[in-house]
Amino acid sequence: MGKERKLVVQLIFILVGLIYIVRLFFLQVVEDKYKEEAEKNATRKIIEYPFRGLIYDRNQKMLVINMIVIDLMVVMKEMRVPDTLRFCQAFNISKEEFIQIIKKVKQEKGYNKNRPVPIIKQLSIEDYGKGLDVLADCQGFYRQERTIRSYPHQSLANGLGYIGEISKTQLEKSTEGYYEQGDLVGISGLEASYEKYIRGKKGVRYIMKDVHGVVKGSYHNGEQDILSEPGENLYTTIDLELQKFGEEMMKNKIGSIVAIEPSTGEILAFISAPTYDPNALTGRYFSKNYDSLNRNPMKPLFNRPLMAMYPPGSIFKLAQALVGQQMGVLRPTTIYPCNKAAVGVNCHPHPSPNDLKGSIQWSCNPYYFTVFKTMIHKNRNTNKYRESELNFDDWRKHMFTFGFGQKLKVDMPNMKGGFLPTNSYYDKIYGDLAWKHSTIRSLDIGQGELLIVPIQMANLAATVANKGFYYTPHFVKCIGEGKNARILKEYTGKHYTSIDSSFFQIVIEGMFMVVEHGTAYFDKIKGIEICGKTGTAQNPHGDDHSVFISFAPKSNPKIAIAVYVENGGFGAVTAAPIANLMIEKYLTDTSTAMTRWMRTNVTEKDLILKNKKLYQ
Amino acid sequence: MRQDSLTRNIDWITILLYALFIMLGWLNIFAVVYNPDPEVKQNIFDLSLNSGKQLLWIGSAGILILMIFAIDFKFYSAFAYVLYGFVVLMVIATIFIGLEVNGSHSWIGIGDFRVQPAEFAKLFTALALSRYLGDVNTKFEKRKTKLIVAGILFLPCLFILLQNETGGVLVFSAFTLVLFREGLSPWVLIIGVAAVALFIFTLIFDKYNLSIGLLLLSALVIIIRVVTVRKVVFKPIMLNSLLIIGVAIICIGIVFSVNFLINNVLQEHQRNRIMVLVNPEIDKRGQGYQVNQSKVAIGSGGFFGQGFLQGTQTKFDFVPEQSTDFIFCTIGEEHGWIGSTFLIALYILFMVRIVNLAERQKDSFARIYGYCVASIIFFHFMVNIGMTIGVFPIIGIPLPFFSYGGSSLWSFTILLFIFLKLDAHRNQMLAH
Repeated sequence: MGKERKLVVQLIFILVGLIYIVRLFFLQVVEDKYKEEAEKNATRKIIEYPFRGLIYDRNQKMLVINMIVIDLMVVMKEMRVPDTLRFCQAFNISKEEFIQIIKKVKQEKGYNKNRPVPIIKQLSIEDYGKGLDVLADCQGFYRQERTIRSYPHQSLANGLGYIGEISKTQLEKSTEGYYEQGDLVGISGLEASYEKYIRGKKGVRYIMKDVHGVVKGSYHNGEQDILSEPGENLYTTIDLELQKFGEEMMKNKIGSIVAIEPSTGEILAFISAPTYDPNALTGRYFSKNYDSLNRNPMKPLFNRPLMAMYPPGSIFKLAQALVGQQMGVLRPTTIYPCNKAAVGVNCHPHPSPNDLKGSIQWSCNPYYFTVFKTMIHKNRNTNKYRESELNFDDWRKHMFTFGFGQKLKVDMPNMKGGFLPTNSYYDKIYGDLAWKHSTIRSLDIGQGELLIVPIQMANLAATVANKGFYYTPHFVKCIGEGKNARILKEYTGKHYTSIDSSFFQIVIEGMFMVVEHGTAYFDKIKGIEICGKTGTAQNPHGDDHSVFISFAPKSNPKIAIAVYVENGGFGAVTAAPIANLMIEKYLTDTSTAMTRWMRTNVTEKDLILKNKKLYQ
Repeated sequence: MRQDSLTRNIDWITILLYALFIMLGWLNIFAVVYNPDPEVKQNIFDLSLNSGKQLLWIGSAGILILMIFAIDFKFYSAFAYVLYGFVVLMVIATIFIGLEVNGSHSWIGIGDFRVQPAEFAKLFTALALSRYLGDVNTKFEKRKTKLIVAGILFLPCLFILLQNETGGVLVFSAFTLVLFREGLSPWVLIIGVAAVALFIFTLIFDKYNLSIGLLLLSALVIIIRVVTVRKVVFKPIMLNSLLIIGVAIICIGIVFSVNFLINNVLQEHQRNRIMVLVNPEIDKRGQGYQVNQSKVAIGSGGFFGQGFLQGTQTKFDFVPEQSTDFIFCTIGEEHGWIGSTFLIALYILFMVRIVNLAERQKDSFARIYGYCVASIIFFHFMVNIGMTIGVFPIIGIPLPFFSYGGSSLWSFTILLFIFLKLDAHRNQMLAH
């Protein structure tokens, strides 16, 4: 009996052991969920934010850099502040604010008293330094560095744009799954349009934590960590010196300057006035500053060169002259008198009658009344209304090829297309076959329903300079550097207008005469052959808007420019000197006594003060 | 001369296994407290760590071993009853002067030094039981013998139960194996296991369905008996069938009383431990937490384990009571299925070896005591590892030689080495 029972007892030992070994096989080898659960328990994923790409001007000057700021973190469980008042003073907050912050932090989702939480975010290194003495007496505080954008030159605010926390809607729209809540993303300007290139690649770091959430070092010695990749740098087409020069002149004015290199479409200067210091929209005071900028009646955040839709005024006559020739109703030798009374159009005193060149030189309104009328009522052997419709449609098609009435594919978000009326638009207002030239005649001199944004005006100047084509205006010369440097293809193609290039020479001659001996005679700059066109756009709210587009030099143009100054009066008074000074600055980088006087004169002009009641 | 015969006769295989357990246990205790932060330089010998303290316990266990070997082998049988009486008194004393730890009054302390008398109760009970059953005049078949055996076993149980230390009581069921070897009917074992199985089934299945199932099963058994019996005689078949149906009805009675037992007899934490065992998903944050975390830790080990000191679950306090009752999790997590299997195989080898040693004793006191040692270690092994992998309810008993703690290491060391001492003198015992 003993022997058998001994075996039974030993068998029981072995059997239980074997059952356990099998059970463990299922638990450890077959089942996967425990491994996942263990990882979830003991690791935490920490996102490593990459350095955002830097932005340079066309001469490699820094426009946007990254700056290190410090988040003051605290582990609530360890926090000891012996002198709260001193602490608050050191970090420039009130005691109530401090209590408020602590309260808010504790209510946040996922709050853990063992884990560091930020209590004062984005302190500059100087501000943090000021608090160091006080921190030495406190316990439980840690620093966490992160980078924010910084703008050493305070220029090009609207063009560069700003970054901010991604919004809920943007997060839902983004399909690539890259962003997470709380990520910083380019919201406007180049920061937004080149987001994909300059954001870099986020990295991941896994750390171990214990059951209380306390960090215990890197997981698996960091084998699964992914390093963040810095974003690519942007080399823009902006000429910082020219940009600053223009911003200076646009002080205390509302309007835009856009300067383009006609042979490439590169944007040399992009001024939206009034502007702001882009550094205001970074760091600790973002929301405060954003609110005040947003409430400002002058709308400094409004990106005027791309978004402000204006009646172009007389600069539109250039397009009319070109389309008129193309439609065969106008020749360089066509002469019309400045017959104000007969056509019911105002004009300023000037020599009369004029041929095509003279009409541009003196910006004759009745001339273009007649030109537009002959275009719209070009004989088609049908009734007036029918022919108006057909001819207007032709006219519009030509105009459209100049880039009017459409959003150019500029590398910056939120461009407005302006408004180039269509047949159906007029049909809707006046009824089908119920309108003719006299109904839409305001278009002849760039008024009426027509609306154009400043960049389209600059593009018109560039198109004329190129005698019939333009490159889509753009801000970026090249993305990245070295082997990775590349140019975006969409900006290397020419866009031709439907106008025969032979029709441009006479228009250019007229524009040359404008500055040489015409409406902008006072704004002539010695030694530079500038071709320009003044515009004075009527405006029901106040003084006329002052408009000027020009390019120079006359042969082989290097710069085309549009200046639009709200309530600036005659084109020759405000916009033309600004444009021509910009040209002088860009082409020669010198000045004469005359141009210095011009510059002081225009810089000191305070249109905002003058038109104060418009902004109340 | 005497020392020579001791070193020659002692079973070095068992001692080697013992040393292996102690060392592996110590390393694993260090793995539990290990901090991977490179700035924290930890030393396994550091007395502020559990591993350092365990080393002290190991050292003192070494002294105990020498003392046990130094004492005359006859002492253990001669003083078995005295020691038994002493430990029972200690257990009784603990009820009144004990410190409360985790809801049970099972510790007594003199200064910083704390021991758990219940840990030693099973040891001296084993001696007393062996002394009584090993007596040439004791006949196991007699009812009186059985009553006295029951008395020896139940007396300490009663007082340990009063300390609220259920785990310590359950260990006494290990003696069933000893009694089985000495002639107890195998039915006791079978019925015991069946009762436990029935109890668990009751928790898993609906009691009405279970009752119907039991009746169907008994009917099936009767039919099989009728069909397979060679000569159909009415009366024995009738009696047999009545017996089977009677058993079934008793089972159904148990089924219906389990709910009452669980709801009215067990304490809440005991009830929860059992419920969690049946369905670990019910309360992952509450009572199921420990079982779940333990399974997660072991499960995350995979085939080869995370590597020594590389486990995250056990190190970072995800498993409560990690270095004591749940030390097996560290093996599971850091050494995987391979390591776990190795350790289990080691225990099986160890227990089988002790039984073999027990069987070679000429003296029945030594043999019975050997079985006691094997059975107690087996019970701890089965319940401790079983609870970490979720097949036993959580009963706070340590893994022999492995878990952190002095009381448990001392009592298991004494338990084992008294037997090894007796074994070393097995030839002299014959003369005795």
